[in-house]
This record gives sequence, C-alpha cells and structure tokens, in this order.
Amino acid sequence: MIWLLRKDLLILRRSRLLVALLVFYPIAIALLIGFAISRSPSRPRVAIVDETPAGETIQVGGQRVEVSQYARQLFSQVQSVGVSSRAQAVEEVKSADVLAAVVIPADIAARISSGTAQGQLEVIYNGDALEQSLVQSQIGSALAQANLGFSEQLQRAAAKAIDGLLRGGNLGSLGAPSDLIGLEQIPAVLQRVLAHVPAGSDRAALERVASFADFAAQNLSVSKKVLSTVGQPIRVHSTLLHGRRTPLNTFAVVVAVSVSLMFVCVLLAAGGVALEREERALGRLIRGLVSREALLVEKGMLAAGCSFVLALAMLAGVGAFVSLDWSRAGLWVVALAFGALSFGALGVAIGALAREVRAASLLAFLMSLPLAFLALVPSGSVSHGFYEVIGAVSFLFPFKAALQALDAAVNGAAPSIGGSLAHLAGLCVIFGALARFGLRRAD
Amino acid sequence: MSAVLSVSSLGKRYGDLQALADVGFEVCAGELVAVVGPNGAGKTTLLSIVAGIQPPSSGSVSRSPREVGWAPQQPALYSKLSVAENLELFAHLEKVSDPRAAVARMLDQTGLTARAGEAVGRLSGGNRQRVNVALGLIADPPVLALDEPTASLDPGQRERLWQFIASLARAGTAVLFSTHNVSEAQRHADRVLVLADGRLLFDGPPRSLLLEAGEDERGDLERALVRFLAMRAPQDVSA
Repeated sequence: MIWLLRKDLLILRRSRLLVALLVFYPIAIALLIGFAISRSPSRPRVAIVDETPAGETIQVGGQRVEVSQYARQLFSQVQSVGVSSRAQAVEEVKSADVLAAVVIPADIAARISSGTAQGQLEVIYNGDALEQSLVQSQIGSALAQANLGFSEQLQRAAAKAIDGLLRGGNLGSLGAPSDLIGLEQIPAVLQRVLAHVPAGSDRAALERVASFADFAAQNLSVSKKVLSTVGQPIRVHSTLLHGRRTPLNTFAVVVAVSVSLMFVCVLLAAGGVALEREERALGRLIRGLVSREALLVEKGMLAAGCSFVLALAMLAGVGAFVSLDWSRAGLWVVALAFGALSFGALGVAIGALAREVRAASLLAFLMSLPLAFLALVPSGSVSHGFYEVIGAVSFLFPFKAALQALDAAVNGAAPSIGGSLAHLAGLCVIFGALARFGLRRAD
Repeated sequence: MSAVLSVSSLGKRYGDLQALADVGFEVCAGELVAVVGPNGAGKTTLLSIVAGIQPPSSGSVSRSPREVGWAPQQPALYSKLSVAENLELFAHLEKVSDPRAAVARMLDQTGLTARAGEAVGRLSGGNRQRVNVALGLIADPPVLALDEPTASLDPGQRERLWQFIASLARAGTAVLFSTHNVSEAQRHADRVLVLADGRLLFDGPPRSLLLEAGEDERGDLERALVRFLAMRAPQDVSA
C-alpha cells in the first residue's frame, strides 16, 4: 500500500493545476460562505430630502425637539446621501445610485405638534420584486429604528414637562408665571392652611381639593412610566435553551473549514478511485497485488490526510484573526479527523460508482455543494415538512455531522461532539461498504 | 512438453448470459496460443479469468493470478508516471526480489531504455503497448496473457511487438493471446483456440483448422475460420 500511496502522491505532485484548484477553489468558496454568514447586512444607501425649515422644532409641553434630530436618527440607520429636492431624490433612485429615498416633508413638525395627526414620510424606491422586498425590509427597519430613537426624545421632553407640573418652579415655558407651586406640594400647603380653618363647608371643600391634589400628583408620576411603555410596548429578552451561544464569526470559521474539508476530501478521493479505472490499472492491481479494500482505504486515507492538513492549517490560520479557544485544539483534531475520514469514504464511494474521473468529480461537486447549503438552512426558515426532508437528507451525508462536530469542538456548541463523531463513524462504514460494492467489477 | 497452464471446464455466467461454457485447454512452456472467434465469443472473458481479473462461475485455472502476466487490450498504465516509474511501481507491488534489476531488464527487452524517464502519456501507441506488455512480464511469470495486443498498432509497431513476443516464447514463456486479426494467428501462433458463443469449438495448430475447414494447408486462415464457424457453430449451439 505504501507504493500505491507513493504513486498517488507522485501523480498529485505532477497535477499542479488540479492540486491548485483543489486547494484554492474550496478555500475561496469557504471564505465566501463564511463572509456571507458572518457579515451583517450593510446599511442601505438612501437619499434623504429634509424639506423642513432649518431649526424647525416640535413642541411637547414646554419642551422643543428639533426636527433635524429625527433626520440625524435616520442618517445613523442608513448610508445617507444628502439631496436638496424630491426631484433630485427621484433621479437618484431611478439611476440606482441609491436603493431608496426618504422625503421628510415641511409640515411634519406642525402635524406632530398638533397632537391630532401623525407625521408622515414619503419613501421612494424601484427595482425588481426581490430588490423591492429587500428595500422595503431594510428601509422599514431603518425607519422603525429612527422612529424609536425620536420617540425616546419626545418621551424625555414630555417627562420633563410632567416633572415641572409635579415639582413646580419656573414653568415660564408652559406659559405659567415663574415660581409656580408643584402639584406634589399642594397637599402639604393645604394641610397647613386647614389647620387654621374652622370646621364648616369651606374646610370640607379645601379637604376635597387636597385629596384631589394628592391623587393627581401620584397618578401624574405614574404617567411617565406609561409614556415609556407606549413608546416601546414590547421589549425582547432572549433565552438560549441549550448549549452555549456560538458567535457568528466563529461559526462562520467552522462553516468555512468544513466546506473546505468536504470539497478537498470528496473530490480527491472520488478522483483517485476513478483514475484507477480510467487508467485501466484497476484490473492489474486487484489481481492479487492489492485487495479492493486496501485500495479503497489507501485512497480514502490519502484524501482524508490531505484535507485534514488543509483544514487544520485553515483553522489555525483563521485563528490568528478570529478569537478561538486554543485549549480545545485537541477536540478540533478529533472532529477534523472524523470528518475527513467520513468525507473520504463518501469520496471513494462516488469514485467507485462513477468510474470516470470527470464523472466522479462532477458528481462529487454536484452532491457536495447542495449538501453544504442544505445543512445550513435554519429550522424556522422553511416549512416544517420541508425541514424534515432536509434533515433526513443531511443525516444521510457527512457534512452536517462534520459541521456539528467541528462546531462543538471549536465553540462548545450543542449537540455534543460524541453523537456527531458516532454519526460520522457510522457514515464512514456505510459509504465504505458502498464503495466496496461499486468496485466489485474491475472493468 | 509439460503444460504450464491448465484450464478446466471453465464457465462464466452474467445473469442470463452464458459467456463461457465448459472451456478447457492446456498451454505448454514456450508455446504461443491464439484465441480467435467472432465478437462476443468470450475471448476477453476467457483471458481475464485466466489473468485473475474476474472469477469464473465454474471450473478452474491451474495458475494463480500472480503467476500469469497480464496485458489488457488498452494499456493499463499511469500516464503521469514515466516508463521506469510504472515498471518500478509494479515491480514493488509484485514483490520482485530486485525491482531495479527487473526494471532495467524490461527496459532493455522492450527497447525503451532511452525513454525510461519519459511520461507514458507522451509515448506513441506502440510504445505504450510495449510498456503494457512489459508490466505483465515484470515478475517474470511463466504464462503471459495478452488481450488483443496489436489492436491499436500500425503495421511496423505490430511487427516489432510480435518480434518481442516471439523472443519471450523462445525464452520459455507460455503466451496466450486473443486477436481479431486471424492472419496474425496464422503467422505467429503454434495453436489456435476457436471460441464461439462461449464454447471452445477448436483446439489445434492453424494448419489443422485449415484442413478441417476444407482449405489447403497454405490457405487463408480467416476464410477457413469463417467457413469452420459456419459449419460448426449451428450444431454446437443447438447442442
């Protein structure tokens, strides 16, 4: 078997283009997938037309909030492009320089200050159905964030006005005289006055006023909390049921390494076995020189070894840029080794059944790519029935188990590594048997 | 002369198809035996069973696969490896006692010493076939099985290959080869085995086949084979 291995390494060394493709193509694919997963969506490029007069304010009680603050909130949610008019904004959208345009109309302050009408924005966009959906979603989210931020400012202004009513003082801004008594102070003042007032109808009336002032002060202080609740009625609190949270960037590393491991191993193993048939050397080998089982083990081990080294180097290399827990490196090795052996078994099975290098490579590629994407489909993103089908397909192939094993090894994620390793070992045996069946005939 | 290869009651079945039925013969040291017959007669199946590529459904071959050199119709070589590397690999796999000496010997015998370092993929069809035969001989087997050895060669290459095979036979190697080119069998074979529908219809010298078909001793063996098959095949098949 050593001589067979030596021969394969010699052939690999002389197939430089193939080796370069086998190494760089999966790495490129893996990095693209990892990048796509880990990178948060970029802020949409949006043209903003602020038609409100400079310094325009919205009055809340005695407080004034500048409309430009709303524009600033909006700017922070998008990649803003300042334009001076609606017409210019429409042109920007038409020329696809921006995804959309938001027009803040001149009367927005008056409408909000009136207390009877909502402020209204105009959103302009175009594009195909997919683009429209994306733009609507992104702009909707950006506007929601901006509204929330602006709403907090209005709440703060309202709360400040309520504080003034409760505590008194200089309420000139509310159109009242300076040094006005606060609602909270009225009951105490009235109690002092009542001490000097004889029993009678006047005293009874004053006691009623004191009771009302006390009641009003207490309820007005509660109204601040009510304002905050109305501004953001539901807050989200996340609870992770099992495992530990995997940071998106380290999960992306795991995906990238798993994809590379799979591509290199499956393509190399499939090509290696198919090459023996294509060169018509299989018949010569299995007539007592090498057993079929030994041939499959050699091809699988070679592919597993090469892909293991590549994947480990990738993991270690990426570890220089992404924070990984190096104390778990032993588990990385175990997970990668099991994954590589399982992919190697899948590869030799494909090679044994496909019979030609081109067919084997194409089949390996056509199988690997969808399997990788299927394994990454989140549970809630498709219907339950379809997810069950995806789960069954993923269970029959090593990618998802290898991904879970590596995720558990690198990130300590659930499910535990033991189950995934046992799954990989089982698949290794099954695909090995399939490969042996495919190699039953030498021609 | 004693037989170095005995094939007894060999049968091979692929599902419902009987590819070989009760085929038996012997080959002696230094003998050149041609297997001829129409397409689908079972020639390649017979040779591949003798070479150990596939097991028979019934019957036996006296030699183990390791004792039979094998050269398939299409050269079975690693095109990325050089001539010497191919020979060296199989010398090691065959567990030859002195692989380097065996490689040098085969390069010398095939006349490819000057091209030892050249990648097999760059060789002409004739030279590839010589390396193909050389691989079958690397372990110095007593029997060599060749499946259509000259099928893809031009006349000059064919002639050189036959000279090489004849020299092997003179050195004592028993050579069993299949061919579609009946005139080659007439010229080079000591004996001819005629197969049709998986059955062995004739086993004897080319001269005997000519006589059996009603031809002159110096007649055309191809014409004789066609006539022989026309005479014998129907009754044998019906039997």
